Amino acid sequence: MKKSVFMGTLATAALVAGYASATTLEDVQARGSLNCGVSTGVNGFSAPDANGVWQGFDVAVCRAVAAAVLGDPMAVNFVPTTGQTRFTALASGEIDILARNTTWTLSRDVDLGFTFIGVNYYDGQGFMVDRALGVSSATELDGATVCIQTGTTTELNLADYFRINNMTYEPVPIETNAEAQQQYLAGACDVYTTDASGLAATRASFETPGDHVILPEIISKEPLGPLVRQGDDQWADIGRWTLNALIAAEELGVTSANLEQMAAGTSNPEINRLLGSEGSLGEMLGLDPQWAMHAIAAGGNYGEIFAATIGEATPIGLARGLNAQWTQGGLLYTPPFR
Amino acid sequence: MSDTHAHTVRFVRETMLPPQDPPSSQIGMVRWGRENLFDGPLNIILTVISLLVVLFLIMEMGPWFANSIWNANSLTECRQILDGASGACWGVIKDRWPQLMFGFYPPELYWRPVTALVLLFVAISPVLFPSVPKKVLYFTMVYPFLGVWLLWGGTIWGPVSVALGFVLGYVLVRATSQLSTLLSAAIVVILPILYWLFLAGPLVDALSAIAPLESQSVPSREFGGFLVSLVIGVSGIALSLPIGILLALGRQSNMPLIKYVSVIFIEFIRGVPLITLLFTASLLLNYFLPPGTNFDLILRVIIMVTLFASAYMAEVIRGGLAALPRGQYEAADALGLDYWKAQRLIIMPQALKISIPSIVSTFIGLFKDTTLVVFIGILDPIGLANATRASSDWQGIYWELFIFIGAVFFIFCFSMSRYSMSLERRLKTDHR
Repeated sequence: MKKSVFMGTLATAALVAGYASATTLEDVQARGSLNCGVSTGVNGFSAPDANGVWQGFDVAVCRAVAAAVLGDPMAVNFVPTTGQTRFTALASGEIDILARNTTWTLSRDVDLGFTFIGVNYYDGQGFMVDRALGVSSATELDGATVCIQTGTTTELNLADYFRINNMTYEPVPIETNAEAQQQYLAGACDVYTTDASGLAATRASFETPGDHVILPEIISKEPLGPLVRQGDDQWADIGRWTLNALIAAEELGVTSANLEQMAAGTSNPEINRLLGSEGSLGEMLGLDPQWAMHAIAAGGNYGEIFAATIGEATPIGLARGLNAQWTQGGLLYTPPFR
Repeated sequence: MSDTHAHTVRFVRETMLPPQDPPSSQIGMVRWGRENLFDGPLNIILTVISLLVVLFLIMEMGPWFANSIWNANSLTECRQILDGASGACWGVIKDRWPQLMFGFYPPELYWRPVTALVLLFVAISPVLFPSVPKKVLYFTMVYPFLGVWLLWGGTIWGPVSVALGFVLGYVLVRATSQLSTLLSAAIVVILPILYWLFLAGPLVDALSAIAPLESQSVPSREFGGFLVSLVIGVSGIALSLPIGILLALGRQSNMPLIKYVSVIFIEFIRGVPLITLLFTASLLLNYFLPPGTNFDLILRVIIMVTLFASAYMAEVIRGGLAALPRGQYEAADALGLDYWKAQRLIIMPQALKISIPSIVSTFIGLFKDTTLVVFIGILDPIGLANATRASSDWQGIYWELFIFIGAVFFIFCFSMSRYSMSLERRLKTDHR
């Protein structure tokens, strides 16, 4: 740091000094902190609070990974990334993991050379309209003006949906969610469309949220998940199984409240293997035996994180829906810890 | 006088009448109004329309400002207090004040950027005001290194060893003054660069091992808010002027190599939008540099902003050079001054004086352009406004943040502009 902070010339010297190739895990352990890419601000998913501490659902993934690898959930350097800079930041090694509500698509996984380590939120594109319009279904939106963020998958999904249903619409292109809120409230468009979680968060901030309805149709699949660089399978495994550990903890009833007690050993061998009192799962990953315990201690299990950041008790008020455990009719299904 | 008039004229006034007040329609506000506002039908119509617009704005915005709320911790709380009325919720500024100022800088170290800012004013005072003793200029020379150390912390030997490179350069200038200009310039440029590349790093390590003078190091990613704007703006301004002068001179040079390098640089940079350069800094360089190199993002941005401003500055100064009469150049030659002395004593003082308004315009433009860094994920005030809005407490708040940020930028830019006007008046030597 001291050499490269302020002097262009010395930065060149740092180049000359060269680069010792190591695995991401070794890099992170040597650095003592995890570089985690997050968004510059999405309500409920990642945003700094008044004290400058990052909070949110995506942030919790970073903290869990940091806790699993380093034992300290606060040993994270958050690197704010925009929609344009996120993939370069990951590809160039500026960040070790990207947790920035990024949709898992084939081209991103294959063509851009990343590995998605799972899905932490199953989202889908929805519509919000003014209650006064009296619209109760997206199929009644023929001829509507639609506020839509440019350059996103939502734009393409919208075109597809209206074409399939033989309807027309007039797009009002906007750049950011903030702009969309202003345009929508000012009446520049009848409908605002984006991911359903974003709609809920946006609606929660309105002066009179009750005057707006989110239509029941979800027109696309948006599995949002963290991702890492392709080619370092050990690091991808660590990320994937940290996320799985959070989900499995909820399924197995391990919470931040009973974690200490369960870590001492239980009658359920899977919990014992997860929390490291039995077996050597941590060793296989190249981590401490208590890695999963540290990860769960960071912010609780998946359900606790969900409830604390975007769940029904928060202003965003998202229901679990698809993001419930498979036993509850959702899609969360982690492979066994064995 | 004879008395012949005594009977032909009935009355002769012997005292002067006191002057009467002019008619009420010809004085004060009324006259001013008649002359300036109600002078003919077109002006009457325009005045009435303008008054209506002003009235409308006051009616619309007055209550909003009058109902300002400072003590609230979230937008919802503001709305509860307002209870349906329209009003500004300045609570967000109060709540996020440290963040808007310093970003994520460690709170216990806030004194460091504040000291750096205060010392900045001390450092630039001898440049700005003639009444300040010239000895302060020595402090001005030390300040860039001191300021960097205050802001980023770390070992003090880093800035010191970089400064030593400049000292080396200065010594070389003195030592090689007898050699030909080209040779001396080559030595003066190349040796310090070699020093920075190969010697400075080990020197820092050696010195820190002997005397570990360290303060807590603060990485660039913790910078944010107006701190980032000021760091980028001030470094850009301070560096772009000298580089711009050199480029302007280079463009007028008789040596083809220097001339074409300058022309190509200036035209290339001026032909590319700043945002492209910023994206290059944040994205493209990452691909070119070997993975794992830690080339600070804010440093990359400062370099790009400086290059951008230098190209504009060069053209502004070339305008000043072109405005000088040919006789000034010939006079300098006739006095037997060499190139650098002629530039330093005769040409530049006049050319820079002519260019002051445009130079300051470029500075102001540069300072405002720093907000573009929001697009590469640096949390400057605009970026923090977005991040603030992303928290559940403040989602949906717009005007208060933008008005505040706008007001702070206005204060900086307006004071730069007023200072440049006073500088022009002070340097005015003609009698027009």
